[in-house]
Amino acid sequence: MADISIEQVKQGNQQYLSFIMANEEYGVDILSVQEIRGWEPTTVLPNAPDYVKGVINLRGTIVPIIDLRQKFGIKTLEYGATTVVIVVKVTMDETQKVIGIVVDAVSDVFSIEEEEIRRAPDFGHGTDLRFIKGLANVQDKMVILLEINRLLGSAILPDPETLNRIIGNLEQQSQVMTA
Amino acid sequence: MDIDLSQFSQVFFEESIEGLAIMESELLKLDVATPDPETINTIFRAAHSIKGGSATFGFTQVANYTHLLETLLDEIRDGRRQMQPEHVDILLLSVDLLRGMFEALMSQAEFNDPKLPELELRLNHTLANQPTQAQSASTPSASTATQSTASCWQIDFKAGADIMRCGNDPMLMFAELASKGPLTAELLPVSFPVWDDFDPEACYLHWRLALITDEPLAKLKEVFEWVEDECEISYNQAEAAPAAELAIPEQAQPPQPEVDMAVSAPEVIALVPEVPASPSDKAVASQKQSAAAKSGESSSIRVSTEKIDMLINMVGELVITQAMLGQIGQQDEINQESLLLLQQGLEQLASHTRDLQESVMQIRMLPISFAFNRFPRLVRDIGQQLGKKVELILKGEDTELDKTVLEKIVDPMVHLVRNSLDHGLESPEVRLAQGKPETGTIMLNAYHQGGCIIIEIADDGAGLNTGKILQKARQKGLVGPDEELSEDAIHQLIFKPGFSTADAVSDLSGRGVGMDVVKRNIHELNGSIELKSDAGKGSRFTIRLPLTLAILDGQLVRIGKHIYVVPLVSIYESLQVPTNRINRLSDGHELIRLRDEYLPVIKMYREFNHDADAREIKDGLVMVVDHNNEKTGLLVDELLAQQQVVIKSLEENYTRIPGISGATILGDGTVALIIDVAGLVKLAGIGSSNEHAA
Repeated sequence: MADISIEQVKQGNQQYLSFIMANEEYGVDILSVQEIRGWEPTTVLPNAPDYVKGVINLRGTIVPIIDLRQKFGIKTLEYGATTVVIVVKVTMDETQKVIGIVVDAVSDVFSIEEEEIRRAPDFGHGTDLRFIKGLANVQDKMVILLEINRLLGSAILPDPETLNRIIGNLEQQSQVMTA
Repeated sequence: MDIDLSQFSQVFFEESIEGLAIMESELLKLDVATPDPETINTIFRAAHSIKGGSATFGFTQVANYTHLLETLLDEIRDGRRQMQPEHVDILLLSVDLLRGMFEALMSQAEFNDPKLPELELRLNHTLANQPTQAQSASTPSASTATQSTASCWQIDFKAGADIMRCGNDPMLMFAELASKGPLTAELLPVSFPVWDDFDPEACYLHWRLALITDEPLAKLKEVFEWVEDECEISYNQAEAAPAAELAIPEQAQPPQPEVDMAVSAPEVIALVPEVPASPSDKAVASQKQSAAAKSGESSSIRVSTEKIDMLINMVGELVITQAMLGQIGQQDEINQESLLLLQQGLEQLASHTRDLQESVMQIRMLPISFAFNRFPRLVRDIGQQLGKKVELILKGEDTELDKTVLEKIVDPMVHLVRNSLDHGLESPEVRLAQGKPETGTIMLNAYHQGGCIIIEIADDGAGLNTGKILQKARQKGLVGPDEELSEDAIHQLIFKPGFSTADAVSDLSGRGVGMDVVKRNIHELNGSIELKSDAGKGSRFTIRLPLTLAILDGQLVRIGKHIYVVPLVSIYESLQVPTNRINRLSDGHELIRLRDEYLPVIKMYREFNHDADAREIKDGLVMVVDHNNEKTGLLVDELLAQQQVVIKSLEENYTRIPGISGATILGDGTVALIIDVAGLVKLAGIGSSNEHAA
């Protein structure tokens, strides 16, 4: 882990925790990280989107777990003893929520100055850049800095498919009853 | 020094609302013909505290209004005015009005109730109507010399800079004023010059005096005669109605040099800038706290120091146990003896933890009097409105229950009591004709039974009119024309949506809130409601509620590898349904026949998108649950244990899930979801086309 000097903190450098997913390195603001845990079985939530793996009991609090690979549309890996869950605090609608994200492995902690962050190139419609704060170069590696509040803020909505199924179900039923 | 008063306003609001509740309950207790002086004193003190506080916090409107109340109460207290029934009415209406004002203040909204000027006028009128004071009312101008009763003067006195140098001492003048009547002096904020220009011999001070005296203005002016020219002095016998500018010392307001008599209203009341209520008054008000009804859902809670002390003791014990365990842990080896000690320590720890949990729960417990206390008023008002004589009996007011439950049970209770008054109790004539006492009785009773609280609402009225209910139900097609129902079944009909036996929509009935809503509200609290009615003798509603919303009795069920909790109160029975009792509608929906009923069945695995062992009704268990008095079957694989579960919020970190009301943590640390029966029924689409009709 990188050393943190008071100097760096004074300069307003932000520290990031980086993790690996499908050979790419991502970074999240370290202040939003609450803890890092191993994978444990979750309680599956009915009608949740597939990237919501369920909820766990985190010392008495019910915490949802989100698979970031699935969220990003990357092929999933088998979960095992080495699977890592990063528990992050995110702010949504002015309330703070605690959410766990499943990643391949935790990598490093590093500081980046604001001006070192470069904007991600726009590849067109396929990429959703709202979740990406920018790109940074750390020891010749590219790190994708994530906008975790936006990413997870959108994550807990049921996906359109499920929503449609529920709505369709309701409509169909009411038609039957009125008929 | 600037003190930000706003940090205290929340406490002030709470105290004031309690004060209003005290006023209300004492007013209702009051016997108008021979008022108990102590009761009037209590009411006066409450009004006084509110006035003082609101003046301190700068809530002018409240201060002005309460001042009027206080004046009236003061006159009654001193025996200068005979208590009249209309006074009680005005005071009760004022309590309502003030409540509205506080609500507006709390939500930082503008308070624009047309009742305010109206009541203010009535109050002023009442106050002016005293025979002994009529004189002054008829002589509104400067002829106050003839005024025989005390009036209140507000005198702004801005000393001239040279006043001390001329040998005049304001203190002596004030002392002379004080000899004429009770005087309060307040130093207004003054701006001192910068140090270089500061003249230590000059006087920079500016006072506001309030004097209650029966001396005419001329006499007051005499006091300041010598300094009149060099000081700015204004005399106000403040006007009552649009008093906003006058009542509270407003810092920006320049002193008025003119004697402001012309604008004085004919009313004798004047506004005194109020010094904050003395601490002792406030103490009295808050001691009466137990009698106070909280309005609305405030987020804070007032806890008795006893409960806090208990918690502190408990934590102390816990620390001792921890020290003991720590000592054992430091020993080099574990032998038989230390093992025994360890076991003892752990046992103690377990018991302390349990006690601690209980005490913490206790903090949320409030006596049900918080809910009961609004009923005397309600019964009085509605009784008057309907011309019925009612006696309200409250029992078990000390019974405690969780704050959240308490807040949510009030509305259903109000509805039930209103129902009893409107439909249950007969008019005095009818009662006499039936050989009953003229005055009807409504009883509210609360007591604990097991882990539940029971609230009974009983009246000795007519009871339910079964014939009429049945007729109405037949009209509405709820009951077939030839179908005969047991008396109990007929009673249950009143819980059906859209059912009202009232002949006409009155002020009280038919306003959309039916018994079905009452029942639903109680169900939402995981409670149940029962009804017993004896024709001619009265009816009794029994509400059974869990003591707290944090814990519920649940039935664990398994669907595939998923475990869910179903609240025990919603379950009627669980059974295996043989194939010959399963019917299929043309659209593929399945029904089961249970005795004489056909029930729809919700396949939970399908609604929840899960795998299950039993995909067909015949392979699994059907759990019959109640939703708004409609029975529905839930298909599950297996019933597991029944246990008490602690309810945790899913929404805190996730979001609402249709059909799920929350989560809980099982003994092995895993999470199980709690079924929301109403939500699940909705999710399955059952009865959704009926929803509009209801």
